[in-house]
Amino acid sequence: MAGTDKNLTAAAAAPNACGHASGHGCAHAQADHNCAGEVPVFNPDALISARGVSVTRGGRDQLIDVNLDINEREIVTLIGPNGAGKSTLVRVLLGLEKPTRGEVHRRTDLRIGYVPQRFDSDVSVPMTVERFLTLGLGRNGGRVEDLLRQVDASSVAQQQLGQLSGGELQRVLLARALLRKPNLLVLDEPAQGVDYSGEADLYNLIGRLRDEAGFGVLLVSHDLHIVMARSDRVVCLNRHVCCSGVPQAVAQHPAYGRLFGPQAARAFGIYRHEHDHHHDLAGMPHPASGDTTDSDSPEGGSAC
Amino acid sequence: MLIFEPFFLRALLAGIGLAIVAAPLGCFVVWQRLAYFGETVAQAGLIGVALGLALHMDVTWGVLVVALLVAALLLWFGRQKLVGLDPVLGLLHHAALAAGVIATSMLDGPPVDLAGFLFGDVFAVSSTDVTIIYVGGAIVLAGILLLWQPLLRLAVHEELAAAEGVKRDRIRAAFIFLLAVTIAVAMKIVGILLVMAFLVVPAVAARPLAGTPERMVLLTALIAVASVVVGLWLSFAFDAPGGPSIVIVMSLVAALSLSWAALGRGSGATR
Repeated sequence: MAGTDKNLTAAAAAPNACGHASGHGCAHAQADHNCAGEVPVFNPDALISARGVSVTRGGRDQLIDVNLDINEREIVTLIGPNGAGKSTLVRVLLGLEKPTRGEVHRRTDLRIGYVPQRFDSDVSVPMTVERFLTLGLGRNGGRVEDLLRQVDASSVAQQQLGQLSGGELQRVLLARALLRKPNLLVLDEPAQGVDYSGEADLYNLIGRLRDEAGFGVLLVSHDLHIVMARSDRVVCLNRHVCCSGVPQAVAQHPAYGRLFGPQAARAFGIYRHEHDHHHDLAGMPHPASGDTTDSDSPEGGSAC
Repeated sequence: MLIFEPFFLRALLAGIGLAIVAAPLGCFVVWQRLAYFGETVAQAGLIGVALGLALHMDVTWGVLVVALLVAALLLWFGRQKLVGLDPVLGLLHHAALAAGVIATSMLDGPPVDLAGFLFGDVFAVSSTDVTIIYVGGAIVLAGILLLWQPLLRLAVHEELAAAEGVKRDRIRAAFIFLLAVTIAVAMKIVGILLVMAFLVVPAVAARPLAGTPERMVLLTALIAVASVVVGLWLSFAFDAPGGPSIVIVMSLVAALSLSWAALGRGSGATR
């Protein structure tokens, strides 16, 4: 989406190799990424603006120097393999976890609707879906019915939470998030426990609701095909931001192919194998011998 | 009739008051899977008994102080993510009990009635004890009423509630404080080893029969009060210890209720 990738596009033209804190000497290209330890510049218009976010747990780097903006009305999809730190990043953005380094700036009017991955375990509180939806919100009867119809879950309104299937639970959680009238909707792997066609329906629904209500969306996913077509911007994460841009640009980016294999890349038609670095077994990127040229990077992507 | 002797009425009054106060706490302990946590805090109470006896004050205060300290220690242990809290609790609740037994044995003076503290002595409660139960109980109930909404949201989905702005650390600390107060107050009636059973068993019994959280608390209170009355009567009739008799009656109700749920009849239990 035009104007949403200012930082990344501007910097793609002038990649700068630097030996920053994350310890891998690859060519990072982000406008406000700096090696001199200057004060990070937040994007004041963004709903959420993260700068230099690193998370280290038990001596292991889970996130390395992540910069991310989510703007109004923008659908940002966060993709990456298992263990890439997607959920950790979401938790940091939501304020559930403090980053080891770096900062997250939230706009003062930010109102998050969060759709968590799942319930941690079986729900042991006896409660109907209807009650769950309004819990902590006061009376909102008309909207409840309306929203349950929108997410196609009207039939479960009087059922107990513990009796719902995975897909039903997911839609109920979505309805609860929407009931809060968010300006940012955060969905962590919303398609888990939903079959393939259900997944397409879900993303169509989210896209349609975004068009109507005008909220920003942060979507986390480990799979790609359907997700990416709906996104304004895709951020490919493997502890660091590997590449980022409009879906087509990311699909053509070599880092994307390396992360998800040639199969995934071919699904988007084009795949060029260009090593500027490789990832070791722990997923840490290492530069390949001397070849740090960035000239083939697609628009909106940043070599990493 | 002997059943209207003052000591029996005091026991009845104390037991019923405690049953009502324990009901909402027991429900939250079940919903948040804190039974083992509460067990550890309660068993550390024996150290508090020793402390109270050593300082010549009401043991309730000693139990309260130690329960709060142990709860704080457990929360602190929970901050590390390398070992889950359950094995830590498994370790600590035995250690706490052992430390309590040693501490009471080292006190000067006549030997301490350990059984009385471990299993409670409901027929020995004084009118002061009854007052403590009703005053402490009123404070706990007021606290629960005040925190009901955020506590419920945390119990349903902790991360979701936190992401929506519920101050989870503060609310959880407040709940644990209320739990520690209840444990300290209940200790004289049912003893350190049976306190958590007194909280948890009626809530377990009520769960399959309830469709809303409020109804579950109400049912828990009803089951607990009925168990106190029946248990005390049985204890009197068969000359059995009071606290354990109450817990046995509760457990029978829970067993029936769980069997009912196992047959697929429970509310919201099946998938």
